[in-house]
Amino acid sequence: MPGPVQSIERAAAILRLLAQGSGRLGLSEIANSLGLARGTAHGILRTLQMVGFVEQDEATGKYQLGAALLHLGTSYLDVNELRSRAINWADALAARSGEAVRIGTHLQGKLLVVHHVFRPDDTLQTLDVGVLLPMHATAMGKVLLAYDANAAAAVPDGDLEPFSRRTIRTTKELTRALSGIREVGWAADVEETTVGEASVAAPIRGYGGLVVGAMGISGPIERLCDPHNRPRPDLVTFVRDAARAVSRDLGAPRW
Amino acid sequence: MKSAARLTRREDTVAERYVMSIDQGTTSTRCILFDHGGRLVSVTQREHKQHFPRPGWVEHDATEIWRNLEQIGPKALAQAGIGSGEVAAVGIANQRETTVLWDRHTGIPVTRAVVWQDTRTDMLVEELSRRPDAYIVEELCGLHVATYFSAPTIRWLLDHTPGLRERAERGDVLFGTMESWLIWKLTGGPDGGVHVTDVTNASRTLLMNINTLSWDDTLLDFFGVPRAMLPEIRPSAQTYGVATRVMPGVRIAAALGDQQAALFGQTCFAVGEAKCTYGTGSFLLLNTGHEPIRSTHGLLTTVGYQIGDEPAVYALEGSIAVTGALVQWFRDGLGLIGTAPEIETMARTVDDNGGCYIVPAFSGLFAPHWRSEARGIIVGLTSYITKGHLARAVLEATGWQTREVVDAMNADSGLNLRTLNVDGGMTANNLLMQFIADVLNVPVVRPMVAETVSLGAAYAAGLAVGYWPDLEGLRRNWHRAAQWLPAMDPALRAREYDSWQRAVERTFDWIKPHEE
Repeated sequence: MPGPVQSIERAAAILRLLAQGSGRLGLSEIANSLGLARGTAHGILRTLQMVGFVEQDEATGKYQLGAALLHLGTSYLDVNELRSRAINWADALAARSGEAVRIGTHLQGKLLVVHHVFRPDDTLQTLDVGVLLPMHATAMGKVLLAYDANAAAAVPDGDLEPFSRRTIRTTKELTRALSGIREVGWAADVEETTVGEASVAAPIRGYGGLVVGAMGISGPIERLCDPHNRPRPDLVTFVRDAARAVSRDLGAPRW
Repeated sequence: MKSAARLTRREDTVAERYVMSIDQGTTSTRCILFDHGGRLVSVTQREHKQHFPRPGWVEHDATEIWRNLEQIGPKALAQAGIGSGEVAAVGIANQRETTVLWDRHTGIPVTRAVVWQDTRTDMLVEELSRRPDAYIVEELCGLHVATYFSAPTIRWLLDHTPGLRERAERGDVLFGTMESWLIWKLTGGPDGGVHVTDVTNASRTLLMNINTLSWDDTLLDFFGVPRAMLPEIRPSAQTYGVATRVMPGVRIAAALGDQQAALFGQTCFAVGEAKCTYGTGSFLLLNTGHEPIRSTHGLLTTVGYQIGDEPAVYALEGSIAVTGALVQWFRDGLGLIGTAPEIETMARTVDDNGGCYIVPAFSGLFAPHWRSEARGIIVGLTSYITKGHLARAVLEATGWQTREVVDAMNADSGLNLRTLNVDGGMTANNLLMQFIADVLNVPVVRPMVAETVSLGAAYAAGLAVGYWPDLEGLRRNWHRAAQWLPAMDPALRAREYDSWQRAVERTFDWIKPHEE
């Protein structure tokens, strides 16, 4: 095992220094405090600035801790917070698409339903909140597998559990499907969980663009898909617009 | 909120027209455009400053609120990409009881608006309540004398502003709640402004006879308020006039107090239908039909709405002072959570309240107890209690307070509540909604449009101008977004309710008269 990396040690010392006192220091002050050459300190500060851990005041040239560092510990988003922030957009999506809306997050290799809006036809429906669904067979689950490294790592290698004739069976097939999802920015499940049912989902991004959940609609295949079993483009647009609106409210950068 | 406009499907191209609502609330003013399906098309909002010139005083600048409307009205139209010609009508929902007095000739308010939360009239209210003829107030208007209704505030302002009473008697100074002020300004102000209020807002002044729906001379005498300053009382849904400013040419066709607007937006049009709006405080209103029901259980008798020349529909109202505010206190006062929704996460770390109860009588208890001397308590503390149990007790306090109000409503109305329609921010909390269904033993239903206050004002305005044909048409727009069914063991429910009631009793008689 190699020894400590000197530049990381020095970077950590600079961050500690900036975290103390007034939190605004000039290059010379930093270099002098840590006994570094000005050039060395400047190089480290520039790198820290690039990753957002340090910011430089334009007027004074002084350095301070960056916003990205302050948010490092809070990138985790509480699922109840997610529901609260998404509820108006989820309602609007249900009203526009005429279909049931769900929001899901990853929980130990499964998809956890954290919010559910009924299909707006006033038929008897039961709240699904708290239900666990398979990741590889649902549109929301595939979105999370495509964008959330922790979720993808939780999928075991080998054969995947089949739910219907159309369920993705192998990790190889899944990998191909996920790269397609990353390309277009949304996912569909056409009879992969239940025969006759389809779903469409898009990622919800939080602060810094991190994917914190998925949002989607589901319903009978004849309403969600065209005669060739492809998801209707207008519905896909509704889903993506709604997920984007939630992301914006959560502080994701525009994309 | 630009994306809201973008998201709209342009399907109504034949008659692409909208209804606008103005929600003039306690902290902000909002404009929302709705389409024919009752769907939200664009939203604009602007907060106004809260003035606290002395302890217990709360004031708004009515001119600032008007200027905010001048900004957000046109902005809402711009976001939807339409002109005022495509707006069929505008309806107003407003914070109730807040009192504005202004000069008829200049259009300038004579003082800052006195907000419903303001308690400057507490001595005056004390004094008025002790008068031998005080019983007449509740008999005539359905409300007891209290600081947040408008009449004591008007009286106080007339008594404390030199020369104001004379100007009011001459009709040079006008009174109105926020909807009156905005309608007067929209229709021209000093230049032909229409001075009206609606029955729901008038029913909160203590000056309107609840049976005749007109200003009552006995009440005017009792409070010493000159008739010349009062607006004309009109139905909640009727064209009051045409806007000459902000949205020129648009008909102003509805006004309702915010809680009544929510009742209307929830389409609680039948006797026995009720809604509860869960916010900082919570307000449960029950439609009681064409007869005002007198409460013997601490509820308020109020007007629900009146459509055109049809008879008025009455409501019983149960007000709970502290519900969401308790979660805010848990967050800001105790710092146990970072955001309000996290209370559910914390509450779910345990299975029950562990025997702990929190009664949030922060400034006394409202309905059905009306104990101003009560103060909050946490009881049942043992070394077993964790912050998770406290979080549960916080949420359960909202459930049990709802139960107390529902019990009072059932007793007063002789109706048994069969479903509770809910709206407001706390409806995102599944644990709380399930608990409310459990303790009420009725289904709890959340509609698809959470903005029921704005929707109610839009519905009433659209109805008045024929944009929507009838109440049935509005009902068809209503869709269930979520439903929670009761699942609590009856014996457990009874035991827990008993514990809650014993906890409530322990809050009574805390503040001694000389301490206040």
